[in-house]
Amino acid sequence: MSKHFLILLLLGCTSAFAQTKQTTTATGKQLYAQYCLTCHQEDGEGVPNMNPPLTQTSYVLGDKKKLIAWVLKGSGNEKVPIDGNTYSNNMPPQSALKDDEIAKILTYIRSNFGNKASAVSTAEVKAARETVK
Amino acid sequence: MKTSLATAVCFCAMAIGTIACKNSSSNPETESTSSAAQQSASNNKAGDSATLTLPAGFSAATVAENLSGPRHLVVTPQNDIYVKLSDAKNGKGIVILHVDGNGKATTTGGFGDYGGTGITIKNGYLYASSNDDVYRYKLDANNRVINENQPEKIATGLTNKGMHNSKSLVLDNAGNIYVNIGAPSNVCAEQGNDKKGMQPCPILETAGGIWMFKADKQAQKQNDGVHYATGLRNVVGMDWNNVTNSLFVMQHGRDNLHNASPQNYTEQQSAELPAECMYELHQGANAGWPYMYYDQNQHKKLVNPEYGGDGKKEADASYIDPVVAFPGHMAPDGLLFYTGNMFPEKYKNGAFIAFHGSWNRAPEPQKGYLVAFVPFNNGKPSGNWEIFADGFTGGQEFMQPGKARHRPCGLAQGPDGSLYVSDDAGGTIYRITYHQ
Repeated sequence: MSKHFLILLLLGCTSAFAQTKQTTTATGKQLYAQYCLTCHQEDGEGVPNMNPPLTQTSYVLGDKKKLIAWVLKGSGNEKVPIDGNTYSNNMPPQSALKDDEIAKILTYIRSNFGNKASAVSTAEVKAARETVK
Repeated sequence: MKTSLATAVCFCAMAIGTIACKNSSSNPETESTSSAAQQSASNNKAGDSATLTLPAGFSAATVAENLSGPRHLVVTPQNDIYVKLSDAKNGKGIVILHVDGNGKATTTGGFGDYGGTGITIKNGYLYASSNDDVYRYKLDANNRVINENQPEKIATGLTNKGMHNSKSLVLDNAGNIYVNIGAPSNVCAEQGNDKKGMQPCPILETAGGIWMFKADKQAQKQNDGVHYATGLRNVVGMDWNNVTNSLFVMQHGRDNLHNASPQNYTEQQSAELPAECMYELHQGANAGWPYMYYDQNQHKKLVNPEYGGDGKKEADASYIDPVVAFPGHMAPDGLLFYTGNMFPEKYKNGAFIAFHGSWNRAPEPQKGYLVAFVPFNNGKPSGNWEIFADGFTGGQEFMQPGKARHRPCGLAQGPDGSLYVSDDAGGTIYRITYHQ
């Protein structure tokens, strides 16, 4: 299991359900603000000991399939250290978000907060969703 | 019930505190005065510690710095401090400090290879907790631990699922120890549908409450204990009130009301709601989590939106009412009823509360990194809560909780009646004294 498995522990720790009327036009930044920001914070730095940062971590920058699966499934109660730190809060599953919403959010995260990683496409989210449960 | 006036005074007090600490931050060498009742006190300005803002006549000194995540602490009559660390450092999760006549502490030892939060002394024993177990160590006549390596394990295998897993401790005067077992959840929502609360909430069977154990019996499992009170999301600060002879706790209220129900809660409401509540608990008490929360502005117990609430629908009246309701998200981590003689009469038997400060207020700035005080008379609050010690974060407003360099966590009373405050973010121990 990845040492960085919990990196997205709380990604989108807020509501799991999209407000459908907003979804098609919302930007990744707006969606991040709506679903992720209260836990992971505006700068992606998270909250020490509680909610993990999204900045320059291999889980955010690494395997997209794993990253998408994490967002869809949430953390459960599993606690795995991230770079030697553990984070106490649980991230709820975000499977109620649409494929394009998750793609926009992850693309935003992977290209902000000092991150420079490739975009996540709607097709990639769709494919990953089929492998999750 | 105190009504809107109480709230207004609370927020006014917070505003004053903020102004005061801004002043002291910009010019730490100058005493700043924000009102007749509040003035800044100079600290010993060693290292990185904060300059605290305190009521007139009080001053704060830094007695120790650079500790690793000091959580709760206890001070002996001999001026030794036992500090529980959140994680063991070099195999030691309890640090021993000795405070000299000049109010400076030196580290004199350490033991206990586990991190945790709870620590207290009662009847010749030091009690301490990991996030799973409760230990006790016999003390000698000078309150020194006789055998650091062989504690008795009083309770073991307590529910620990990571979130809200600290095990705060307090004893009564009848041989019982009370342990918080926090719920590993915000509001007991269904997995995969966090807008729908589980009914009934299965978490409450093994967490989200206070368990009572025999203080002198070894190897008690959670089921061996008495499920003393329920419906408490997470408690970190707790104390025994010797006036009422009852248990008082501080609950950490739920998060994310706006996200749960944007049509019923604005982001601003979500930043202020629900109340952080002080409860007095008797056996069988139910504080209502996850089904309800307390709205400190409406002074009502309201149904949580995950259970059909809309910000107005009132909850079952049988859930207990809070003793004091503070603004949301300030994270009360320490509670202490003051029984010393150093502070003015107003403080006698009143409650000090260490607030760790918020993280769940976006898009509003974070707040609540402070020590509050509530005066008590005959076991009940006799006035509004007020800010007692502020300035832990240097007075600048910020959005990111990581910018809070000092966060109050534990409280302890010294033998002379001084008040000790631990700061688990910056590793500082402050000692607050009063001089006429």
